Amino acid sequence: MTIAKLGYTLLGLFIVWNWGFLMGATFRKIGARVSGRYGIPFYQPWINFFKSMGVRTTITHGVMYYLGPVFRLTGGIGLLFFMPLIYTGDPNGMWSNFSFQGDLVLILYFQVFGMLGMALGAGEGGHPYSAMGIARGLAQHAAVELPLTLAILSIAIQYDTFSLYKIVEAQQGGFQNWVIFTNPFAGAAIILSMLGAMGHSPFNLVKAPNEILIGPATEYEGTYLGFMQSAGSILHVMEAVLFMNLAFGGATNWAEFIVKTFLIYFWSVFVGMVFPRFKIEQSVTWFFKVPLVLGLLAIIVFSF
Amino acid sequence: MSEEKDMNPKVSEMLARSEANAKAAGKKFVRPEDEEREVVAPDGSIIKVNPIYDYFSGARPTEEKPRNGIVEKFLNWARAESIWVLGFGTGCGSIEIPPLVTPRFDMFRFGVQMRPTPRQSNAFIISGYLSVKTLKRVIRTYEQMPSPKYVLALGSCTINGGMYYDSYSTINRLDHYIPVDVYIAGCMPRPEALLAGFGKLKELIKAGKAEKANEYARNFDWYKANQKKIVKDWNMPDYNW
Repeated sequence: MTIAKLGYTLLGLFIVWNWGFLMGATFRKIGARVSGRYGIPFYQPWINFFKSMGVRTTITHGVMYYLGPVFRLTGGIGLLFFMPLIYTGDPNGMWSNFSFQGDLVLILYFQVFGMLGMALGAGEGGHPYSAMGIARGLAQHAAVELPLTLAILSIAIQYDTFSLYKIVEAQQGGFQNWVIFTNPFAGAAIILSMLGAMGHSPFNLVKAPNEILIGPATEYEGTYLGFMQSAGSILHVMEAVLFMNLAFGGATNWAEFIVKTFLIYFWSVFVGMVFPRFKIEQSVTWFFKVPLVLGLLAIIVFSF
Repeated sequence: MSEEKDMNPKVSEMLARSEANAKAAGKKFVRPEDEEREVVAPDGSIIKVNPIYDYFSGARPTEEKPRNGIVEKFLNWARAESIWVLGFGTGCGSIEIPPLVTPRFDMFRFGVQMRPTPRQSNAFIISGYLSVKTLKRVIRTYEQMPSPKYVLALGSCTINGGMYYDSYSTINRLDHYIPVDVYIAGCMPRPEALLAGFGKLKELIKAGKAEKANEYARNFDWYKANQKKIVKDWNMPDYNW
């Protein structure tokens, strides 16, 4: 049973990895079309990945420098391992992975895990832009976490559970049961803090093209970069899956999974196409205004 | 008015000392901040620093053998279809690069994109004339790029000096200093020519003929001798990772 489950989880990982690459290419293509270009071929991320893995020389700045991308990939895979991908009606079913009672707390931890790993790794790389990107990323993440955690606590109070599987189960039976409708304040806080978690413009402060170049990844190359590309694709899909499970009723089959994660990701890209980049102080204060108030309201509504 | 400390005497003292040190050691001039020296840490302990070798590896490049058969063919295909160009405009030709990202030319459809860091780039466009000052930066940047790496020389100035052939401050033949894969002639070549150059580079990579990084490693001494003839203030290691 466990072996079969592990097999399904790894298959899910493979699907998510590929879907992340395809989705990333699709959105780059959308971005290109918005600016009137033809854009990259849809298979470009795979080529980039294989090219990165085929680089002949690599440098090192020390042990943490090695471990940075590994930690980041671990963060993405950790999210996947403990989060139900597809709701099948059976808590030990094939696509619920290793979801358990209280997995939500672990998932919140794994969200930060990759970022902290990158902070240590990129810090050892020693490039000033890496340090700036990391400082901004951690500051913004703290601001994102606050409304997000409040919204998640509100949902936990609402359904009396910290199990993501049970939260998805409670939302079954039609869109009127989704958290976004049954708990609109928490839903709104999640939708807004999602923008920060996804890291697209206006919240793309960590990579900030044309400003601090590509931030933490400045010194990374070759296989390190290949790992980070994989981690990025997995993390993007898994963030979308987290928000899908939290507020949009989860998915009951792969088609629904694809459509919902695409639309959730599209929301952050759409906002990014419209709004230019914030400064770090604007970004942090923005999260401390509307999303935080919505998160507090969500808590207050469901506490009494 | 508060007492102002004049830093100039201190700087000139440092300069004099480093020049004297360099003369004593029989070395070329090293900038004061790059000099080997002892510094006092915040906790009072004394640390020896040698900035040039603390920050960079001075190890020689080595030839990297291609992998076997079909694996290398596949990797070469991937390298050809994913050319990441370093965003470093060295001369007037760099004005021809921005149009490539616009709707009219759109290099992304050919798998070509700009990267801001040498660590992640595999192509370097030397865009036009190369002054001696820039050459020094170009050498450092080229050496920081991971192998396999490709160089596109844009414009006549990289071939024979072009209109700056008798200038005191520019070099005439680029391939005396770093190996060049593709020349794009013209003054200035239009962006279409640059796209054609990328096409040529792709052909070379796919045929396994773009191994100039290995050539650089093989003829390292010759390239270094040429570079040092031109760059007078060589205050860096021989090889900059």
